Amino acid sequence: MPISPSDTHDLAVIGAGPAGLAAAVTAADLGLTVALVDAAARPGGQFYRQPAPGLGAARPQALHHSWGAFARRAARLDVHRAAGRVRHVTEHHVWAVTRESAHWAVHAVTGPDGAQGRAEVAARKVLLATGAYERQLPFPGWTLPGVVGAGGAQAMLKAGLVMPGQRIVVAGSGPLLLAVAGSLAAAGASVPVVVEAGGYAGYARAPRTLAANPRKLVEGAAHAATLRRYGVRIRTHSAITAVHGTDRVEAVTLTRLDRDWRPVAGTGVRVPCDALAVGHGLVPQLDLATALGCATRRCPDGTAALVLDGRQRTTVDGVWAAGEAGGVGGAELAVVEGELAAYDLARRAPGGALLRRRDRLRRFAGAMAAAHAPRAGWSDWLGADTEVCRCEEVTAGRIRDAVDDLGARDTRTVKLLTRAGMGWCQGRVCGPAVAHLAGETEPAAGRRLLACPVTLGELARE
Amino acid sequence: MNRRRRRTPAALVRAAPGPAFEITLDGRALSALPGQSIAAALWAAGVLSWRTTRQSGRPRGAFCGIGSCFDCLATVNGVPNQRACLVPARPGDAVTTQEGHGRADLTV
Ligand SMILES: Cc1cc2nc3c(=O)[nH]c(=O)nc-3n(C[C@H](O)[C@H](O)[C@H](O)COP(=O)(O)OP(=O)(O)OC[C@H]3O[C@@H](n4cnc5c(N)ncnc54)[C@H](O)[C@@H]3O)c2cc1C
Ligand code: FES
Repeated sequence: MPISPSDTHDLAVIGAGPAGLAAAVTAADLGLTVALVDAAARPGGQFYRQPAPGLGAARPQALHHSWGAFARRAARLDVHRAAGRVRHVTEHHVWAVTRESAHWAVHAVTGPDGAQGRAEVAARKVLLATGAYERQLPFPGWTLPGVVGAGGAQAMLKAGLVMPGQRIVVAGSGPLLLAVAGSLAAAGASVPVVVEAGGYAGYARAPRTLAANPRKLVEGAAHAATLRRYGVRIRTHSAITAVHGTDRVEAVTLTRLDRDWRPVAGTGVRVPCDALAVGHGLVPQLDLATALGCATRRCPDGTAALVLDGRQRTTVDGVWAAGEAGGVGGAELAVVEGELAAYDLARRAPGGALLRRRDRLRRFAGAMAAAHAPRAGWSDWLGADTEVCRCEEVTAGRIRDAVDDLGARDTRTVKLLTRAGMGWCQGRVCGPAVAHLAGETEPAAGRRLLACPVTLGELARE
Repeated sequence: MNRRRRRTPAALVRAAPGPAFEITLDGRALSALPGQSIAAALWAAGVLSWRTTRQSGRPRGAFCGIGSCFDCLATVNGVPNQRACLVPARPGDAVTTQEGHGRADLTV
């Protein structure tokens, strides 16, 4: 019998990215009924973000690695949907998961922007596959139109076939920058330079981990070849320390950094461009998990991720997690973890090969995270008037005053004194920067009231 | 004849989009493609900002591209605070530059 919306599903998977999609189809293969809930209209998450059908893309794979594996999984999803084993609940933004007497209730607001209505999904077990969002470190000029997130530029290109400019500098840190620069160049932008604050030497310091992950080496080499083909230079140990232009980007200043990411005086050069795509790695999306009480751990890149056991279980009974929520590690790892979680959820033993692949890829993720982790000196590139909180327009100067003169020692106090992190995004964008300026090692993992914005009207109906 | 096609995102994925339609930004007509978000349609027209901030009145547009930063807020068909990177463009949509608050009934 096909499941109906009012039924209690065996499993609710939150997030239909590589991890959630793999988990949902594998769990259904193993006989579970599944609700696959995602904010987006189509499966794929950040990695396999697809052009909307209306754009008629005949070769979406030109913007993706391993599209074939995704397409096969998406086809399996369709089969399970048709058979009534999986309900793909699209355009549902989950704002809370609560424990009821005999099941979990997944509360969502619906529609592309979450403004249409509300819905609830019931399930006996929950798998969190909520992925990650981009970490941003502020710098002078980063609020000027034309400065966009690197992942954001990638997402807008993959989904909408658009770019923010024609001559785009890509900057920040982390492996995503190479993928973004490659896509932008392939799509016709001129990318004069990729600016990486860290370096790639850290990878070489983990030779055994590298040797055990040949696919990752091939991926890296493929990016390098793409960038060479389009004449994209890579500058390591450097950062963008100023953006020029009045109402939009006209040029940026590229400056060398020392080992601690402090800008080296007198090394700035001006690079003309009409857009800048910037990001400093990814941060696991943990709002739902921390609200449920799942324990977190500190990763080598400074971010907080979920504590998981070897079977992808969180510390809360009945709640599993897979993919970047358990630590940033890329799409391949996300898929493996999704499958592993599905086996455990269905009380089946996974193959040893799958377990070994997960452990190998996790080790690689650790080496990668360490190589690109922000170093403390980065905040030296902030001016007193550099905005740190984009929503509330709070400058670095005001935050430093709160810390130096008013004695704020943590994000919460800075927030109360300056309003930094109190705006619409709830500190998602400025969180890591504010925590650093307050002298905390890392923001406490996403303690937000709601995992996504909900109108007062919707809450009043509660 | 040596006619190498210019590299564009559409050429890269061999897109054959449905017919373009019109939306407006502060009354000015722009063309959008089916499936594009409002932010994507604005970027395609070379528009990078469609909001001014509450305090200093500075221009802003899409930043994170995935619905988490709220920099891309726009007023669409009279409804303020819509995330332009998430909301699909529809024929005849009237987008208006949002100044300051719009209306702040989002709980945060
Ligand atoms: C903007 C961006 C662009 C990226 N681009 C690339 C790239 O081009 N190449 C690359 O190698 N890696 C990219 N990444 C890295 C990417 O995070 C991973 O490689 C991979 O997608 C992780 O898979 P996942 O399943 O763990 O999470 P994701 O792919 O992030 O999937 C998570 C899913 O959960 C959904 N979700 C989260 N919270 C909720 C909620 N509260 N309610 C409903 N749904 C929710 C999201 O809509 C999303 O579909 C990108 C990351 C970001 C943030
Ligand atoms: S661009 Fe960040 S929410 Fe739309």
